[in-house]
Amino acid sequence: MSWLNNLKDKVGTPSGWYSDLTRTPVWKSIFRHKLPNDPKNRALVVLTNVFLHLHPVRMRKQGLRVSYTWCMGGISFFLFLSLTVTGILLMFYYRPTAQHAYPDMLDLMESASLGIMREMHRWAAHLMIITVWLHMLRVFLTGSYKPPREFNWVVGVLLLVLTLLFSFTGYLLPWDQLAMWAVTVGSNMARATPMMGTEGPGVQLMQIGDVPLITAGSDMRFVLLAGRFVGEGALLRFYVLHCLGIPFIFVILLAVHFWRVRRDGGISGPGKGGKLAL
Amino acid sequence: MIDLLRGFMNWLFEPSIALTLTIVAVWALYRYRRVCTQNKIVGGLIVASPLLFFFFSAFDPNFWIQFKRPDNIPIAGMMFLVVFFTWFALKLAVDNDDRIREGRPPKEADPEEEEKVFVWPDLVYTELLCLLLVSILLVVWSILIPAPLEEPANPQLTPNPSKAPWYFLGLQEILVYFDPWLAGVVIPTFIIIGLMAIPYIDTNEKGNGYYTYEERKSEIFLFQFGFIVLWVFLVFEGTFLRGPNWNFYGPYEYWDPHKLVPLTNINLSEVLWARWLGIGLPSFWLVREFVGIVLMLLYFVALPVWLARGFLRRYYDQMGLMRYVIFSHLLLWMVMIPIKMYLRWTINLKYFVAIPELLFNI
Repeated sequence: MSWLNNLKDKVGTPSGWYSDLTRTPVWKSIFRHKLPNDPKNRALVVLTNVFLHLHPVRMRKQGLRVSYTWCMGGISFFLFLSLTVTGILLMFYYRPTAQHAYPDMLDLMESASLGIMREMHRWAAHLMIITVWLHMLRVFLTGSYKPPREFNWVVGVLLLVLTLLFSFTGYLLPWDQLAMWAVTVGSNMARATPMMGTEGPGVQLMQIGDVPLITAGSDMRFVLLAGRFVGEGALLRFYVLHCLGIPFIFVILLAVHFWRVRRDGGISGPGKGGKLAL
Repeated sequence: MIDLLRGFMNWLFEPSIALTLTIVAVWALYRYRRVCTQNKIVGGLIVASPLLFFFFSAFDPNFWIQFKRPDNIPIAGMMFLVVFFTWFALKLAVDNDDRIREGRPPKEADPEEEEKVFVWPDLVYTELLCLLLVSILLVVWSILIPAPLEEPANPQLTPNPSKAPWYFLGLQEILVYFDPWLAGVVIPTFIIIGLMAIPYIDTNEKGNGYYTYEERKSEIFLFQFGFIVLWVFLVFEGTFLRGPNWNFYGPYEYWDPHKLVPLTNINLSEVLWARWLGIGLPSFWLVREFVGIVLMLLYFVALPVWLARGFLRRYYDQMGLMRYVIFSHLLLWMVMIPIKMYLRWTINLKYFVAIPELLFNI
């Protein structure tokens, strides 16, 4: 990694306009540290930056190894950020109604400049599912769910489920045949929910006298789709869940997940597993 | 010659054979882990196997139709990544197991590795590089391959096959063997609960924070059985090998929507009353399904007790009652999936317990 050290030295020795820039009051008001090329400033750069502060100041060398972490958690998070940015851009062009959704897709393909936002959104979504699975595989194979990190594994499983729900709700939005029928197949399962779906076991118990409580207009599938079939109600519901509902919960859990990585001792490693890192 | 090979490959990918081969492959990888990870030729073949399969298969016109669907490309990539990372983790584990046997700490615990380094620049630069690489991949991929857009949504026109999003195709595949309330609701719920329960069930204190296999053999094998065999393999099968009417099509077979598949599935009660006793089905469901219900009770209630005293005794002693009950039930549900598959393939069993009156089928 000598090239990396060379690069670091080069960046660490300011000269010319760059050096002047770092002496301006504006620069000094933003960055509360000097160039991070000595221990003190390397600590400060992390401590005084809200984003970098997700990291500890120092960490074990072993936790750096890409062969150990596969970087899958980081990549998943980066993909989540990419999805947020491309998703915001897509929201400018897209109206979640049966009348407009599909034509908006065509416009997006044909008229929007730099029209790869939908591609980036879709491929990043597929990729994120794969990287989340691989992140789980890595965490399992290194035994990183063991004490003191049990709870963070649970949070991770919830994030995995939400990632799938993200993708599932997003799948409907293009409002083409692929979307509608994939969601139909997926949501038909809800009909078979025990006690709460019209075709689920135990649904006969859910009635008062002759009046059934669970009908096609009140079962789990109806709750999911806001209707008896995948229609406009489902489109709006999936849109709101996709853009607001799930992200809201996801970001909270993500914050817990990252916070707990720090609190539970940073990236896992052998040795003092149970020790709290501050 | 090529046709013979294609025919052989189509046969090889029959669900019954392919599932068996996948199980054997996972078992063999872990059993012969030293050869698989330390022999360069064997290791290279394992890592390259998904690439070789997709590369050579892409020349087949029928396979190409499925492979070139934009949504299927990430699945091909996933197959490679899962095989690669499974193999790679095993390689690290074998190295560590050797060190531990020699009385040395695992590589992750080397004094040199314990050294503390500054996050800026070491970690931050790694992250930046990762971020750049992924960005480049994403932009190039997005420029090269347009996102799919089919005909406008039409509730009157059901496509054949109708497939769920690709990551749920494992569950849709299980739907062949289980009723929707199990395949679509109960089993996914148990998968989520089961995953969340892992840290509380696994009482093995070893292998915390480093790659190892020998210190946690059964945990790793069980997890990989669930992940590779019952999830990734079924996703692959649901994507590339399930065509119109959810019938099986070999990778090089044309998806003929008129392919005829005999429906010969039969319930346990029908086998018992009609075939063996020859007296027709009793009208009351409790009598009719009595044997199936007893069988299920034996499986889910008696078997865990019997296992606790025999095969799983070590686990029962380690875990205590509560943990063991949860663990054994999750395990039995997981094992139920391949059991039901093999019974379908061998004796065409449809349901152990079939009570359509109550919408209750197992």
